[in-house]
Amino acid sequence: MFPALSRKVYGKNIVYFDNAATTQRVKSVLDKWNEVSIHSNANIHRAVHRLSDEATRAYEEARDAVRSFINAESREEIVFTSGTTAAVNLVAFCFGEAFIEEGDEVVVTEAEHHSNLVPWQMMCKRKKAFLRVLPINDDGHLVLDKLDSILSPRTKIMAVTHVSNVLGIVNPVKGIIAKCHDRGIPVFVDGAQGIVHCKVDVREMDCDFYAFSGHKLYAATGTGVLYGKKKWLDAMPPYMGGGEMVGNVSFAETTYAPLPLKYEAGTQNFASIATLKPAIEFVKLLNNNKLTKYTDSVKEYMLNTLALHSKVRLYGVPQGTSKDKIPVFSFSVDGVHHEDLALVLDKMGIAVRSGQMCAEPLMERLGLTGVLRASLAPYNTLEEVEYFVKCLNIAIGMFA
Amino acid sequence: METLKEAENAIVEEFSMYDEWLDKYEYLIELGKSLTDYPESEKTDDKLIKGCQSRVWLDYKFDNDKIVFSADSDAIITKGIISLLIGLYSGRTPAEILSSDFSVVEKIGLRENLSPTRANGLVSMIAKIKEIAAENV
Repeated sequence: MFPALSRKVYGKNIVYFDNAATTQRVKSVLDKWNEVSIHSNANIHRAVHRLSDEATRAYEEARDAVRSFINAESREEIVFTSGTTAAVNLVAFCFGEAFIEEGDEVVVTEAEHHSNLVPWQMMCKRKKAFLRVLPINDDGHLVLDKLDSILSPRTKIMAVTHVSNVLGIVNPVKGIIAKCHDRGIPVFVDGAQGIVHCKVDVREMDCDFYAFSGHKLYAATGTGVLYGKKKWLDAMPPYMGGGEMVGNVSFAETTYAPLPLKYEAGTQNFASIATLKPAIEFVKLLNNNKLTKYTDSVKEYMLNTLALHSKVRLYGVPQGTSKDKIPVFSFSVDGVHHEDLALVLDKMGIAVRSGQMCAEPLMERLGLTGVLRASLAPYNTLEEVEYFVKCLNIAIGMFA
Repeated sequence: METLKEAENAIVEEFSMYDEWLDKYEYLIELGKSLTDYPESEKTDDKLIKGCQSRVWLDYKFDNDKIVFSADSDAIITKGIISLLIGLYSGRTPAEILSSDFSVVEKIGLRENLSPTRANGLVSMIAKIKEIAAENV
């Protein structure tokens, strides 16, 4: 099902534990990309000919699949971007243009990926607004008690990650949203990790925006999704100007296309976007399958092994049950540099991430220069986790 | 003292004895551990080599006309690599250093066996050594 996983590295079977960065593509995704590229390659939305019609259909079917997957009210609320980062930039820019004035405030959290921090920071700088930060505690959990004192009458929007890409802890976004809405503050949720492991219903969550990347969800790269409540998408100005996003164009005045095309200027990455449909079908299959029980047990095993390991310091240990933790395990080993461990594990056929995980402020808060991160997907097995633990111990031994 | 060329060839030979990359890492780890003389007080930003995932500090002083390098890193394999480099190029004149084509790192397979981000770190280390030599010709 996952052709990439059948290869070997350095003569060893690949153990791919870097799924939080990108997942491997499921075969139906590769087939879809090939089908559109080989069979139906024509620019979408513009022409009346057959090929364009087929390509447009594949692209728009992906929009329907996404809408139903996250239970958005209408397909107008689904905007395709190049990825989560592009989606955050879009909202930070356009929301800023429409609603932020000098002296206003934007709230983010201490656990954000740079992608859900820097765009807001840039907007604040441009608008002379202030960035306020909801802290985490020593265990990596958001200090929700402080939310009330951080939100102010000047707060115009809050941006929070559904699940941190470092800690893997599922944040109580629904409660945060409710609290913000009590004060009339909209909430942007970074769903890059959340969409992969949590059931997301945007209407139930009541978020104002939700963004994620298809390539972390078995789809092709360049497949970002921005969900936005219609009232916001209507009220914000377009992000980029160009073809596709226009109504009528003249030198005196240009009107814009209706949603969602208003935000989709230029030729979209249509062959890749089309793969969101088979990717979502695959996820649905996973969720309706006994496999979840197995993946949960693999997660539990990894969590318990690392949490109890005498030399390992695991960040993001769930407070309650392991339901609040996705299979993203960031840890450090006392006296051994994360880069050294990653280099040795690589030669053993194991792909893990090392470094700051695009979350420098969080690293600073935890007092670290970096971590080692192993992130699992449903195709990872218990045997692979056992092999990983064995190799980790060997690697630690090499540096002791 | 052996010439730079001889020293480079000796390293290439040394590395060719190991078939497995893990053994080469063991060798680099030992080299890294042997590098102990870098003072904490010199771990300053101006001596930090940019472009590495781990932190690498490189400092130098003169012994008559020869450059004597000292270095440290918070990651031990990287420290082994910088140790290998300064083992070759320390105690040599700027002209000698600049006469090298630095192909030794390719010959021992170091560049191709590091991921691009880490290979960049290696390139940065070599560039810094060359820069110091060029400034002091």
